[in-house]
Amino acid sequence: MFTIQKYVCASSLEEAYELNQDKNNKIIAGMLWMRLGKGKVNTAIDISGLGLDTIEEDDEKFSIGAMVSLRTLEKHESLNSYTNNAVCNAVKDIVGVQFRNQATIGGSIWGRFGFSDVLTVFLALDTYVELYKGGIVPLSKFAELKEDNDILVRIIVKKTPIKVTYRAVRAQKTDFPVLTCATSIINGVVRTSVGARPGRAKLVIDNSGILFSGINEDSITKFTSYVADTIPTSKNLRGSAEYRTHLAKVLLSRNLEELEGLK
Amino acid sequence: MIDITLTLNGKKISDSVEPDSILLDFLRDHKCYSVKRGCETTNCGLCTVLMDDMPVLSCSMLTARANGHKILTLEGLQEEASEFVGFIADQGADQCGFCNPGFVMNTIALLREYPDPTDDEIKSFLAGNLCRCSGYEGQLRGIRNFLNSRSKEAK
Repeated sequence: MFTIQKYVCASSLEEAYELNQDKNNKIIAGMLWMRLGKGKVNTAIDISGLGLDTIEEDDEKFSIGAMVSLRTLEKHESLNSYTNNAVCNAVKDIVGVQFRNQATIGGSIWGRFGFSDVLTVFLALDTYVELYKGGIVPLSKFAELKEDNDILVRIIVKKTPIKVTYRAVRAQKTDFPVLTCATSIINGVVRTSVGARPGRAKLVIDNSGILFSGINEDSITKFTSYVADTIPTSKNLRGSAEYRTHLAKVLLSRNLEELEGLK
Repeated sequence: MIDITLTLNGKKISDSVEPDSILLDFLRDHKCYSVKRGCETTNCGLCTVLMDDMPVLSCSMLTARANGHKILTLEGLQEEASEFVGFIADQGADQCGFCNPGFVMNTIALLREYPDPTDDEIKSFLAGNLCRCSGYEGQLRGIRNFLNSRSKEAK
């Protein structure tokens, strides 16, 4: 059973950071996943009073507070206009509206959960995380790191000209995904992230230029094979490694066809 | 213990709660028995209440987090619910009735956000409310009949 000995509503990030240096203390975000565990938390550090529940936007970027709910992401017109609804499509099937009103982007990204639709879609964007002590780090780098005692303050999405789309396969709507795949084109370079492998999402960038000469049936086949070889999959009760690798190729292929307007 | 004050169904309530007290338990302790304990894993929607007018799962909300907020349960929304629950009952869609309070609470939230929802919007909004009796079609028909009836009345 999950228990909490003490609850502190932090009045500043510094206070939250100091408390978080004790490994028995935990920052709480939506607390939806944490509550399912059997952990014994000494002090639950609530950062919901620190004004991190808004999305700020200027000409260059979206700055998304760590406590912004998935429902806010789903309904944010400007963010979804910029991403051609990829963000909305990534979160809209996560459990239900009530869950998405509580789950936060900070909790999803910080947890680097294998099943995360959120991590998958933001990896395909030009995304950075702002850590309280660690500064601003590319999300692709952050996704590879282990959890430490820093605090995720904001997610920053640069308004780089982009084409992006998102697909996922679920055995049943609102269940965990079997596989997730987001694909984007930034400055002519294709990048794709594959999640629910079932490990945490990984990003592949077409730096070797498989698609540089154009996105067509032939180059799509080559690139999907390259991604399938690069990103390992494994089995769990939702699917085998082989099935996931096959899905990755199919979803990526459909994403590329959509981005190129082939179908 | 933590001292909290919140507004429950229009009444200000002050209490002391344990740090890991869950809103579901707090509400039932305050005689809001419409709030049901279901899966407790955030999947079934039985424990849905409105916090600052947004539907949330009370099984996964710390009571301490509700401090200073407005909480509404079905006990406080009888009049609003009475507008459409008869249409759902007419379809036999309440059957055992255990999921009903959570379903009704989320339907209230749906109709506040989308006064004239499409079938897809209804299905999508209520996807987090599980029912093991009905298969959902009866509930959808009930809401649709309510909306049709309301729209005829408006004409």
